[in-house]
Amino acid sequence: MAQQTIGSGRKGFAGRLLRDFRLNKWKYLMILPVLVYLAVFAYKPMYGLQIAFKNYRPTRGIAGSPWVGFLWFEKFFTDPYFWRLLRNTFTLSALDILFGFPAPIILALLLNELRNNKFKRTVQTITYMPYFISLVVMASLLKIYSQENGLFSQIIELFGGTRQNLTISASAFRPLYIGSGIWQYIGWNSIIYLAALAAIDQEQYEAARIDGANRFRQLLHITLPGILPTIMILFVLRMGSILNVGYEKVLLMYTPSTYEVADVFSTYTYRMGLENQQYSLSTAVGLFNTVVNIAFLLLTNYFSKKTTESGLF
Amino acid sequence: MTTRAEKVRERGAGHQRSAGDRVFDALNVILMIALCLLTIYPMYYVLVASFTQNSHLVANQGFLYWPVGFTTGSYKLAFSHPLLVSGYKNILFVLAVSLPINILLTLFCGYFLASRDVMFKKPVLFLIMFTMFFSGGMIPIYLNIRDLGLYNSLWALILPGAMSVYNSIICRTAIEAVPDSLQESAYIDGANDLVIVFRIVLPLIMPTIAVLLLYYGVSHWNSWFPASIYLKDNEKLPIQNVLRAVLIANSPILNSAAAENDQVNEFAESIKYAAIVLTTVPVLCIYPFLQRYFVKGIMIGAVKG
Repeated sequence: MAQQTIGSGRKGFAGRLLRDFRLNKWKYLMILPVLVYLAVFAYKPMYGLQIAFKNYRPTRGIAGSPWVGFLWFEKFFTDPYFWRLLRNTFTLSALDILFGFPAPIILALLLNELRNNKFKRTVQTITYMPYFISLVVMASLLKIYSQENGLFSQIIELFGGTRQNLTISASAFRPLYIGSGIWQYIGWNSIIYLAALAAIDQEQYEAARIDGANRFRQLLHITLPGILPTIMILFVLRMGSILNVGYEKVLLMYTPSTYEVADVFSTYTYRMGLENQQYSLSTAVGLFNTVVNIAFLLLTNYFSKKTTESGLF
Repeated sequence: MTTRAEKVRERGAGHQRSAGDRVFDALNVILMIALCLLTIYPMYYVLVASFTQNSHLVANQGFLYWPVGFTTGSYKLAFSHPLLVSGYKNILFVLAVSLPINILLTLFCGYFLASRDVMFKKPVLFLIMFTMFFSGGMIPIYLNIRDLGLYNSLWALILPGAMSVYNSIICRTAIEAVPDSLQESAYIDGANDLVIVFRIVLPLIMPTIAVLLLYYGVSHWNSWFPASIYLKDNEKLPIQNVLRAVLIANSPILNSAAAENDQVNEFAESIKYAAIVLTTVPVLCIYPFLQRYFVKGIMIGAVKG
């Protein structure tokens, strides 16, 4: 029977469709829950994004609230806080890219030069460890060490500085945020580069050695070009979240006395939306954030494709 | 494959290493040891502090190398504390319900995306990938959870994270590496896709599944933000949120709940460290065993395409 239906006169799109569903019915049944999940928890909130252009009132619902056009965007762009948020977000992101992005690459290169494999694996195991620490614990550690008589203060004192409570110090926020980020992720993020390094054809090194290239020249002419595609793809991905400063960590770390340097778009969204119930305004801020991210992703991808011929798409 | 062994041998041969090489190697080793110490000490400090007497911790918070006035009192207190206990219970419930759902959906998604002859693969792939780069954002997601009636329910921690797109792409890559011939012969024997997934594919990608279990497990265990915005009752909070209340918000919930006994004051400082140890150690005990599979959990080949 089945054979007959498939083979019988039905042609064209409908026929192929029917055949596809018949052959792959289990596959479609498997993907169904995934699609339902995405519809309910990813696409439905996207429908809710329209409240950025509405005056949302919980009692009237998303569809029933009146349209207000770009009112919230205008309000936000003319808000004196806007520039502070923009400056803080970009500064934190830029510092993170400047210091946090190359750190795991350097670690991977150094690990790759180690001669003793056992030692290498031990270093790897140890440096992966902080990745598994929760942000709550991370922020707690920072808070404990930043107390006036804490570890950091003692170290500062050793180097001739004065003790102070660093948790409320605006000038200490950025170094603590960036430094702890490197501490936590340097090992984990080096894995992907180590994998790329292992994939480089070892005979190239052979040939280079015969030509008399020393280790630094080998690094420059074989190793770095070998992992450049990986670096570029990760760089494009990183640029695509330029405004996604790790807000969970900032929320855990900042205090009103450090808002001046620590408040970023997403933490502002959090305070306006969830603490002050200004749903429409904060949705507009969030949408702005997402759109800028995507713009950066596409732009970086474009330039990466142009210059190094590697990119995401 | 002459490569690796030869390289090691050649590099190891002393006469081929110049003086500069040796200096570099020595510096490299020293640097790596320094990095390890820098990584371990902050955590070692917490461990030591959790066994140190409270009075010492209050008086001086500098370097600690060994517990001062060794005591396990803070752990005894932590284990008997209602909020810490309920925090553990809640997160274990979340894990027990989430992980099977996570793995099932990830496996199904990966299997679908790895199959070759499905008409709607491209549009489905697009629908899935799109959510990686674009989302409704914090507020619409929050309102959605409220609309669904999940507010103040542990299900608000389970259902929104039922599957990670990133992880399902990793799963797809692993399934693509399974030889087609295995699936084809199963088809000929009359097996359907469901049987193939569980009987043939799953056993072959166990290392990847183990890594995915670790990823999902750690992300649930370490998550605090959703619980902080979706849960209202203190008794429903998972462990990280209890920890946050105690350590970061300086909330007195830990003290007030057991205010009757003076024990709380006796261990006010050290119980914080004990709580950190108790929430971190379970995860740190698991990951080294899966370390050799980590590379499988990296999207290196999968990001493209």
